[in-house]
Amino acid sequence: MKIYKLVLIELWHRKSQLITSLLAITLGIGVIVGIRSVAVVSEKAVAVNLDNLGANILVLPQGTSIDNYYSADIDAPTFPEDYVERIRTSTLAGVDNISPKLTRRIKIQNQSVVLTGILPSSEIISKPIWQTSGLSGLELKATCDTSASNKSHGYEDERLQRKPIESLQQNDCIVGANIAKTLNLKQGDKVNILGSSFNVFNVLSETGTVDDDRIFAHLHTIQKLTGIENQISVIEIMGCCNAISEGLLGKLRNILPDTKITTINQIVSTQIKTNQLMNKISIIFLIIILFVGGISIGNSIWANVNERKKELGTLRMIGFTKLKIYQMLLLKAAILGILGGFLGYIIGTLSGVLLGPQLAGLNIEPIPIYLLWSVLISLCISLLGSLIPAYLAGKIEPYKIMQEA
Amino acid sequence: MLIETKGLSKYYQHKDGLVEAIKYIDLSFDQGDFITITGPSGSGKTTLLLLLAGLIRPTSGSINFQGHELNSSSDNKLAGIRSQHIGFVMQNFSLIPYLSVLYNVLLPLSLHKHADSSRNDYAVRLLDKVGLKDRMNHLPKELSAGQQQRVAIARALVNKPKLILADEPTGNLDPALSIEILEVLKQINVENKITIVMVTHSPVASGYGNLKINLVQGRIVNKVCSVVTDEFLS
Repeated sequence: MKIYKLVLIELWHRKSQLITSLLAITLGIGVIVGIRSVAVVSEKAVAVNLDNLGANILVLPQGTSIDNYYSADIDAPTFPEDYVERIRTSTLAGVDNISPKLTRRIKIQNQSVVLTGILPSSEIISKPIWQTSGLSGLELKATCDTSASNKSHGYEDERLQRKPIESLQQNDCIVGANIAKTLNLKQGDKVNILGSSFNVFNVLSETGTVDDDRIFAHLHTIQKLTGIENQISVIEIMGCCNAISEGLLGKLRNILPDTKITTINQIVSTQIKTNQLMNKISIIFLIIILFVGGISIGNSIWANVNERKKELGTLRMIGFTKLKIYQMLLLKAAILGILGGFLGYIIGTLSGVLLGPQLAGLNIEPIPIYLLWSVLISLCISLLGSLIPAYLAGKIEPYKIMQEA
Repeated sequence: MLIETKGLSKYYQHKDGLVEAIKYIDLSFDQGDFITITGPSGSGKTTLLLLLAGLIRPTSGSINFQGHELNSSSDNKLAGIRSQHIGFVMQNFSLIPYLSVLYNVLLPLSLHKHADSSRNDYAVRLLDKVGLKDRMNHLPKELSAGQQQRVAIARALVNKPKLILADEPTGNLDPALSIEILEVLKQINVENKITIVMVTHSPVASGYGNLKINLVQGRIVNKVCSVVTDEFLS
């Protein structure tokens, strides 16, 4: 019988102790992997959205949190759709396009889906990336002049086009790439949304933005179906950059005093700060795990040593050296570490994949390199935590066990 | 000469003063001897056994085991001598509770470099010899006390030792089972020429030895060489 077999049999024999030992380190690694998975996707999404967002001003209900740009409008409080008219009739200079929306989370085929009501005629203008998604139509020049300052916001007026989306009917919908995959939808299919049958007007190509995880339909239809008539949750405005710098936001606040008006730049910078915070949190967690996980495993090994004093004494009696005893206990710690790291990665990744779309509106994908890091970190923590108990176990004198008998 | 002690002493520091557990003991055992050590509680029987096993070091004097000076050997060398040449049979059996009977017997061989199949074959043969081949996949708790002690004997034999140290091997057994275990030990002693040093309180058990040592307060007060007769055993 090899030493590793002895260790495995002992681990299996004390299953409840095994589970307790694994719990702290598995959960700790899981939390780190979960946070990091969300942070990485979030960072990528910010970069993509910065490039692809045409709209650069958001009007949100007062009190809405903008900590997470991707879900700021999901299930947010609403305000009257009339606000759109207020802006339109205000003759404010530099407002090129106004795109009101109502966003709600719903269930389709037992899947959680974000449903966004849009006004077809205005939506395409605020989304340059849709114009490369088979939705382009008639060309429209924006009123804002294409100065160098405008280009810095990631869109060019030449790309702003009207599109066949204008012909989006009350019972048509546009489906994001990820949702289409999940629900197995393609152009021309029928889909039941909130009890009404909708035609899949188009499936968006993958954009790398939150649009991939949404279904879009006519704003007024969504208002009716959700029972929130004449209300919207956000207005996206394409503002002319020099107008913004000349105080467009302040003027808008004067017209819409009970709303939160912010620029995409502000939101993106908030999102970047959130991402940075998540990174800091994951580092803090890592430090906590180093302590808690190490102490937990060490404590568990020490409890195990105490429980097995007689047995370890017997092993020393029949010829096991102190080194063999160290090897046995460190091998056990290594197995716990590897197992904890592996399970932590699985739990963290699954949490990210399952909860990411719900909580952050992001589609999280597994990051395989984190498996290696999880196992390595967990292994190091386990071994470090077990060094002292293993050393003390080597000091158990077999004669004391014999004299106790 | 298998083992020889000269002026062997062991003192312990206790809160009430110095405890002289073993005092100036000179002994020598040959291959094939069956030595029984008797004496009242606290007379130093187990301490002597621990000294012979190299599990504690003497305060003074020397122990020579087949040319190895145990008192000057390193811990690792002592562990090596125990794993290769000494078998142990304890009062509480000292079996590993989560290992099957077969794995318990194989345990000392995990320190040796033998092929797995030859190890297994030998362990199974030993279990057959002690009448437990059909129980080799059982856990110790599934066996009776007598059976557990027989497993301990098989484990003590698996490394083909020159010396078996037994500390009250029948202490936890009823008289009938005690005789059964003593018979097994005697058989091993006679057939395999393995030296057995057995600490016991039992006069019946001490009768199995051909060299009987009586200890009182750490000193040998009586040493009797005898031949075990069939009449005595019956």
